[in-house]
Amino acid sequence: MLRDAVLVAGKDLRIEVRSRVGLNQIGPFAIAVLLLFGLALGPDRQVLAPASAGLFWVAVLLSTILAVQRSYAIESADAARDGLRLSGLDPAGIFLGKASAVAAQLLVLEAALTIGVALLYGARLSGALVLVGACVAGTLGLAAIGTLYGVVASGLRVRETLLPLLFLPVVAPVLLAATKAWDEALAGTPSRAGGWLDVLVVFAVLYVAIGIVAFGPLLEDG
Amino acid sequence: MSTPPPAVQSGRVAVALRVLGVTALVGVATTVWLGLFVTPPDEFMGNLVRLLYVHPPMAWVAFLAYGVASLASLLYLWPRTRTERFDRLAGASAEVGVVFTGLTLVSGSIWGRPTWGAWWVWDPLLTTTALLFVFYLGYLALRRVPGELHVRARRSAIAALIAFIDVPIVYLSVEWWRSLHQAPTVLNPTTHKTYVHGSMAWTLLLGFVSFTLVYIWLTAHRYRLAELQDLEDTEGLDVALAERRAEAVAG
Repeated sequence: MLRDAVLVAGKDLRIEVRSRVGLNQIGPFAIAVLLLFGLALGPDRQVLAPASAGLFWVAVLLSTILAVQRSYAIESADAARDGLRLSGLDPAGIFLGKASAVAAQLLVLEAALTIGVALLYGARLSGALVLVGACVAGTLGLAAIGTLYGVVASGLRVRETLLPLLFLPVVAPVLLAATKAWDEALAGTPSRAGGWLDVLVVFAVLYVAIGIVAFGPLLEDG
Repeated sequence: MSTPPPAVQSGRVAVALRVLGVTALVGVATTVWLGLFVTPPDEFMGNLVRLLYVHPPMAWVAFLAYGVASLASLLYLWPRTRTERFDRLAGASAEVGVVFTGLTLVSGSIWGRPTWGAWWVWDPLLTTTALLFVFYLGYLALRRVPGELHVRARRSAIAALIAFIDVPIVYLSVEWWRSLHQAPTVLNPTTHKTYVHGSMAWTLLLGFVSFTLVYIWLTAHRYRLAELQDLEDTEGLDVALAERRAEAVAG
């Protein structure tokens, strides 16, 4: 299963390196979202800095939708999805591979967004361990559930509109917990973020487990 | 039609449903009458208490409906109990649940504005309910996507279970988030324990019973409609129409 996961993740990441859709489209999209939040809330840093954790994670959530859609768009061309089904790879491995490729891209994006909130909103970065921990755990949860819903929506004509509707309400706890963890870290009290990190870890473990079980049947159905 | 398809509804079931429907409507009408005209205004809340005869029953039905939908989805996914009936039940129940969640949110807001001074507060129960409402709208949208029956059933069931697992996480994290922000301002204890005796208690109880009957009635009809829709998809319009006619004659 893990070997298959590495294969699939490698394939997805190689496609990204060669096509640069994430770099050229999803990254700029996330930065545009950050800029628009700034315009919506006004130029006052005393308003923007305290809100930066929440705005960061909303930008991540929106970008996750695009990353997941991209992850399945590359399977829809040239019947690649059928090829994937015929390849004999373990479906759980395919799930883990696709989810980790999405997670890897999101983590790179988050690094850029972190610099973005520091520069644009004047957020003072501190508690690096908590910041990174929340990113890793939160992103794993987002990627897992995104990949799961991605395969549900991928074969459908209404996939572009259906995926966000299914995805966003369910990831509300990730937004909440990751924002609170970041809030604590940015406020200089990273030791109080522990419980929120636990929520993120529990969420990630639960939905990775569900994905491993449910992905196979969903892939067959599409 | 030589052999009637399994979906044919016997006359007895149709009569039972009709009796159920009439009982439910009479119950709701009586609740409204008792709630508006017979029961006294509350000592603390005044006439606002009258909304509480319908709001908690609506919320109860919403959660009951989602509970039934989740259970039916689980039973569908379990290979030993997999039948299309559970899929239809999940869809029918979720649809009724969405309607009642909408009613719960609206009636709660109307009650909250004069009581708490705000149409909305970020209480865990409210937030979870609102997220469930949005999620189940997505679930129904997913169900409406055409496709083979078993494919649609499986992906819907998995989506319903994902939401079900999400509910406690949402609830607990919002509760925790709130407790760190400000003391809960919802339901202060003096107003909370006022509606527990006499005609008020009976009216509330009647509200719960009649709304539950309305839920069963609506879900049964929605289930029946889904059955006919599936029949139409698989065996064609003629069979479904013939069935509907036979039912009309029998009923």
